[in-house]
Amino acid sequence: MNFLDYAPAPESTSLLHLKKSYGLFIDGEFVKGHGKPFLTISPATEERIAEVANANAKDVDTAVAAARRAYERTWSKLSGADRGKYLFRIARLVQERARELAVAESLDNGKPIKESRDVDVPLVAAWFFYYAGWADKLDYAGLGSSPRALGVAAQVIPWNFPLLMLAWKIAPALAAGNTVVIKPAETTPLSALIFAEILQQADLPAGVVNILTGAGDTGEALVNHPDVNKVAFTGSTAVGRAIAKSVAGSGKKVTLELGGKAANIIFDDAPIDQAIEGTVNGIFFNQGHVCCAGSRLLVQENVHDDVVERLKARLSTLRMGDPLDKNTDIGAINSREQLDRIRELSDIGEAEGADRWSAPCVIPDKGFWFAPTIFDNVSTSHRIAREEVFGPVLSILTFRTPAEAIAKANNTPYGLSAGIWSDKGSKILAVADQLRAGVVWANTFNRFDPASPFGGYKESGYGREGGRHGLAAYLESSGWSSAPSRVETGKAQK
Amino acid sequence: MTRLAVPKTYKLYIGGKFPRSESGRTYEVLTKKGEFLANAALASRKDARDAVVAARAAVAGWSGATGYNRGQVLYRIAELLEGRRDQFADELVLTEAVSRAAALRQVDTAIDVWVWYAGWADKYVQVAGNGNPVSGPYFNISTPEATGVVAIIAPQGADSLVGLASVLAPAIVTGNTVVVVASQAFPLSAISLSEVLATSDVPGGVVNVLTGSPAEMAPWLAGHGDVNALDLAGAETLDWVELQVIAADTLKRVLPPQSGTPGPSLERITFFTETKTVWHTKSLI
Amino acid sequence: MTLNIPTALAPAQRAVELIGGDLTEKSLRLHLEGLPGVDAVGLEQRAGDLGTRSIKTTSKAWALDTIITLIDLTTLEGADTPGKVRSLVAKAITPDPTDPTTPSVAAVCVYGDMVPYAVEALGSSWSAGKDDGINVAAVATAFPSGRASLAVKLADTADAVAAGADEIDMVIDRGAFLAGNYGTVFDQIVAVKETCRRADGSYAHLKVILETGELNTYDNVRRASWLAILAGGDFIKTSTGKVAPAATLPVTLLMLEVVRDWHRLTGEHIGVKPAGGIRSSKDAIKYLVTVAETAGVDWLQPHLFRFGASSLLNDVLLQRQKLSTGRYSGPDYVTID
Repeated sequence: MNFLDYAPAPESTSLLHLKKSYGLFIDGEFVKGHGKPFLTISPATEERIAEVANANAKDVDTAVAAARRAYERTWSKLSGADRGKYLFRIARLVQERARELAVAESLDNGKPIKESRDVDVPLVAAWFFYYAGWADKLDYAGLGSSPRALGVAAQVIPWNFPLLMLAWKIAPALAAGNTVVIKPAETTPLSALIFAEILQQADLPAGVVNILTGAGDTGEALVNHPDVNKVAFTGSTAVGRAIAKSVAGSGKKVTLELGGKAANIIFDDAPIDQAIEGTVNGIFFNQGHVCCAGSRLLVQENVHDDVVERLKARLSTLRMGDPLDKNTDIGAINSREQLDRIRELSDIGEAEGADRWSAPCVIPDKGFWFAPTIFDNVSTSHRIAREEVFGPVLSILTFRTPAEAIAKANNTPYGLSAGIWSDKGSKILAVADQLRAGVVWANTFNRFDPASPFGGYKESGYGREGGRHGLAAYLESSGWSSAPSRVETGKAQK
Repeated sequence: MTRLAVPKTYKLYIGGKFPRSESGRTYEVLTKKGEFLANAALASRKDARDAVVAARAAVAGWSGATGYNRGQVLYRIAELLEGRRDQFADELVLTEAVSRAAALRQVDTAIDVWVWYAGWADKYVQVAGNGNPVSGPYFNISTPEATGVVAIIAPQGADSLVGLASVLAPAIVTGNTVVVVASQAFPLSAISLSEVLATSDVPGGVVNVLTGSPAEMAPWLAGHGDVNALDLAGAETLDWVELQVIAADTLKRVLPPQSGTPGPSLERITFFTETKTVWHTKSLI
Repeated sequence: MTLNIPTALAPAQRAVELIGGDLTEKSLRLHLEGLPGVDAVGLEQRAGDLGTRSIKTTSKAWALDTIITLIDLTTLEGADTPGKVRSLVAKAITPDPTDPTTPSVAAVCVYGDMVPYAVEALGSSWSAGKDDGINVAAVATAFPSGRASLAVKLADTADAVAAGADEIDMVIDRGAFLAGNYGTVFDQIVAVKETCRRADGSYAHLKVILETGELNTYDNVRRASWLAILAGGDFIKTSTGKVAPAATLPVTLLMLEVVRDWHRLTGEHIGVKPAGGIRSSKDAIKYLVTVAETAGVDWLQPHLFRFGASSLLNDVLLQRQKLSTGRYSGPDYVTID
């Protein structure tokens, strides 16, 4: 027997207590939505998981009103310490129900259980735990004394890290004293709905967090609602642009966390085995559905052949399959739409003349799958060097000198993250200085921590999530000091 | 017989030089009573374009300078302004029709604004940045960096010298370079200030001053793909929402307008920075 | 400062082929120091990831049996006696008296002067140079410290070989390595390897113990691994088991990366032996996974991978018993040796 054909090691779904259908979570309860309900499916099997409510404009209105009431009557009257206690409770409950949440996340999103269990859910708990402690210490955050909350925050999150993105949004918002209406992505509502149950268990006052499932129009209605003070969006640059336009002049504070085409730079003096691991992790972790994915490998030309050979050998041990199998490394692509896009861009890459190679994975019949793929000999003018694929596809380019690596890395409208692999500290720090990216990982990649600010330069968005900086997005600009107040137009304008 | 004066020609300030507008246009700057004061250059979109080019070219050097160095440069601006106190006061008396005492007060305030911001150059990083205690063997630090090129619509009303200083200083202290559209009605102090800049160790291109119509200039700057941020401080009377919409195309960082003159503000400094977080593995073995 | 006069090293074939005929202390040093560095955080993370593999049912059954076949059942105590060695050998031959399907171990590992008792106790179970049967591995070269003259270390080795040892587990001179005298370390290994040659021209198999706990840094372990291979070692081994830390998953992963790279470079297979501190089946299975996913499944055979262990065997037997009976077993159902 070939030992590497590991026997199935399935994580059981028996600990899930799924309902057949879910309502919207408004004002502390599940209520019917007025839009047309839709199904959420498992992208690995295409089987139905549950029916989910769809929030229409009326529902959005109800939810925002609930959030406003909760803000004015309850949440803004609580002390920071009490807000913190609710957040601590939530963190603990997430830890208690960690396994259930991880299974639900893998089922609904398609990512390997290994990742939901070891990365996503632990970070969710950590995020709530971290911001819980800030709630009564806002004076110390370096944002002025007694900084004030903004009011009601409208938050729209993507499908790639459903529960984690929810935590990134809700935790700082609540810690800073805001109330929230949040819209999970259309294809991944499940973990948010279980999270709503956790909020009930935590006894969070009704209306402080409202969860509206729905699609793009729900998000649009939410973002453009006149009684919202703050908009936070994570998703594609295209939608981010549209949001920035639609809230212009409304007085709403906006933060955006958008796409990327990060360069992972391997120098000839890199710790090579770890650099290969970091490259693989950089683009194939979470099936490449990561805004900060290291989707461009910039390898110093004199070690190109060795690196590519090692990469291929390493990719051959990646296991693609059932997301609920504990040995799966690469799960399913989140949706048919996303799969089509990945395929389309990969075909373009081939047509452009890059050398395509895929890991020898067995593709199951049902579900949405794409084998980890690399494109070698990619040039800076190729579309696959510039456009975000958002899938397990790596473009490999070369460079000759550190300056050239930096220039190529920065030569993009994006600017979310970058990786540097070298054994030479002075070089790492100098390169890090010059990379126009909000997060720079040196001799590592895809590290996240609630204490560490995350966000982009340029068209990767603005604002930071995580750390002390992550509070700024949810507090009034207090630094205007003696100046007269900002010009407010009050209502949103379309 | 009184001596015949030599009136000053007020040109644009771009790339450390004083060119006329490439359009050749000018507009009349009048006193409050309507008397002719000077012809100021009426900048065109091509001037704006050239200014952005000059600003971008200056980013590497200016943002690469140490905070100490930038602080000294800003302080020198204050020194030279102080030396030219009377000149600036005279100009303000003519253009803004204020008393000499009021004009001197304004100049003094402007000087103090430069001094205040100069002192931040080597400190804002310590206040706005910090180490992050991540849960793992990593060195992790977040620091603010200059965003790059900032386009500014300066406060348009009276108190123009203070208004200008209050938007310029916080933008450039972190290493940004700037294209500023001066007050349309009171542009002369802006060009005189440019003379100060030109003689006070400010590298060419760090500050570029356009005089003319903000309504004409602003949309071009808002839509420009090589401008990183937009300060709409003086855009209150423009269709600034439309400017914000245009700027959204390139995801610019936009500071909405405010009435009156901006006061000293740390947030004005940090708004035009990007926070960069660097992780590095740590191990003994 | 004295001029670094390049000292010619003993002509080990692999080293000459890779580095060139002008093989000297200096050229060896340049080569070793030119090897890529190791980022410890990344290495340990990769080892951690490999440790999350879930090996169940048929894979687990196969793994448990395989582990047994890869064990060098070891006793290396000052208090060892012929009686103790006989008891160890009996266990090596019949690990689980209640289950005849249990495979036997790869080898017994004893001090050089205990070799004759081991050979005698093995009787017909001794491999005696053939492919099947149980080998006798002897530690030598003033194990565990290695702090003795070369003459003493070679005599130690020669005695063990003469007494019938199939395999010699030598220790490198860590002091010389840490002082930067790579040539000294190299020459000693070459000399020991030569001492492994028998009258009939065959060689006792040479395992080179790096004592990774004393080398301390991963960069040192990488260099020492290459050095040992270049000097002619058949196996690179982590530890004597007498110093903590002994074998760890990250350090073993690193050594597997070296043998993988060596194979890629030359086509030759070198073995890896983690020794000391591996007590549970769960841990041992992590090592199997690491071997399979780094060097390849080909390495999961006694010729290329060993566990230097003593108490591991019983834990594996307990797991085997659970798999076959369905219930948890206990210490009373496995024998002490």
